[in-house]
Amino acid sequence: MPWTPNIVGFACQWCTYAGADLAGNLRCKYPPTIKLIKVPCSGTVEPEFILEALRRGADGVLVGGCHFGDCHYKEGNYKTSRRMMLLKKLIEDEGFDSRRFRLEWISGAEGMKFAEVVTEFTDQLTELGPNPVKEAVKA
Amino acid sequence: MADKVKVGILLAGGCAGCEMALVDLSERLVDALDALEIVFWAPTAADVKYKDLEAMPDDFIDVGFVDGMVRNSENKHTVEVLRKKSKVLIGYGACAGLGGIAAMGDLHTQEELFNTAYKDSWSTDNPDGVMPTPEYTLEGKYDLTIPSFTDRVYTVDELVDVDYFVGGCPPHHEHVMKAIELLLSGQLPAKGSWLTGGKAVCDVCKRNPAETGETRRPVGKVYRMIDGQPDPDKCLLQQGYICFGPITQGDCGSACLSANVPCRGCGGPLPGVKDYGARCLQTIASALADDASTEELMAKYPQLAKFVYRYSYTTGKIDRKTPAA
Ligand code: SF4
Ligand code: SF4
Ligand code: SF4
Repeated sequence: MPWTPNIVGFACQWCTYAGADLAGNLRCKYPPTIKLIKVPCSGTVEPEFILEALRRGADGVLVGGCHFGDCHYKEGNYKTSRRMMLLKKLIEDEGFDSRRFRLEWISGAEGMKFAEVVTEFTDQLTELGPNPVKEAVKA
Repeated sequence: MADKVKVGILLAGGCAGCEMALVDLSERLVDALDALEIVFWAPTAADVKYKDLEAMPDDFIDVGFVDGMVRNSENKHTVEVLRKKSKVLIGYGACAGLGGIAAMGDLHTQEELFNTAYKDSWSTDNPDGVMPTPEYTLEGKYDLTIPSFTDRVYTVDELVDVDYFVGGCPPHHEHVMKAIELLLSGQLPAKGSWLTGGKAVCDVCKRNPAETGETRRPVGKVYRMIDGQPDPDKCLLQQGYICFGPITQGDCGSACLSANVPCRGCGGPLPGVKDYGARCLQTIASALADDASTEELMAKYPQLAKFVYRYSYTTGKIDRKTPAA
């Protein structure tokens, strides 16, 4: 079987998770590469979670939240945005390809968009190949 | 009283600053010597050799202190020997527990490091481009060796079991005393703990907005220390001088803040923080006002990884540039 990327997805329950649900209801086609973790808000996704996923061998990490202005907790996604900007820069400084990490605003009405994002991200990761950082490398 | 507590102190890949902190205890250390016997302190203070340590029976030392990270084959060997000879091993200082300053070197390849150290720096005079070689035969007959560089920096606990950690670069002497007292009283916490007061730097900082009655506001403008003179009484983070006090253990009593300098995290992460740099980002991002101030921070600190992992890169989660040897 050819190698396919393994993506860990953090999806906020109000928007992106609902969007993924809708993608299912609409029978949108997208590759079975993503394992979604439902979180209360994208603002609860700590940079440590993302690094931990990458360290344990995830080939890519997707963080999905509500569009600006739509956050259930008012400004959780603004914090997410600032955190992810810094995280992206941090891992680039560390010599790691930040294309393995993606932030998207996907609402509960955007089932199609969810499917498109996962498809596109999967293609990009397939091109990049397996994650070079695995627990074993550090041990 | 019972037999004296036998203490062994090893400087691994550190700068000896941690050892100076022990010496700084001066009279108090001398007082403690009634209860302590230093059986090993190398390569700095006592006239004992590595081979003397190797000759000791296993578990001969009651408490072993190791300061510094592991950067070469000699560090690795001596740390392993000290572990065998010690009943309790304490990782002493930021390097031992987190990688310390030297671990920032892992953001470069070995070639970059060696070129800077032995060729390119302005004070280097090395026209033949001589580089250290671990093995060398002099005049065709003397086989000489020096320790070889490890593929990356290791914290002590990556190689051997460590019972306790003490934070600080170097550890504040009050804190050292606390650790020694804890040891002597035998009231030690669970294995693997940091010996700390358990408070954040902010908790012991006089500038804490909770103490000064300041209203906390999102930080709109970011300053570096060279940009100006911060107000000596107000929270530095609130003034836009990025301070790591919120996530750092404050056994230093907020020493840097007393000198109007922001905390850079030498005390080590608060319990529960595994990746110090990542948690720094989270905390700072929450304090910043918007994407624009975030951009400004990144522009002012173009080496973000070195900024947030100044003392702790080895415990960061993403692997380093250096190819695994
Ligand atoms: S922790 Fe600081 S003082 Fe201690 S050895 Fe490392 S660099 Fe030196
Ligand atoms: S952020 Fe820094 S200056 Fe502000 S209270 Fe905490 S330690 Fe003190
Ligand atoms: S304020 Fe921070 S950097 Fe300064 S001594 Fe204390 S823990 Fe270390």
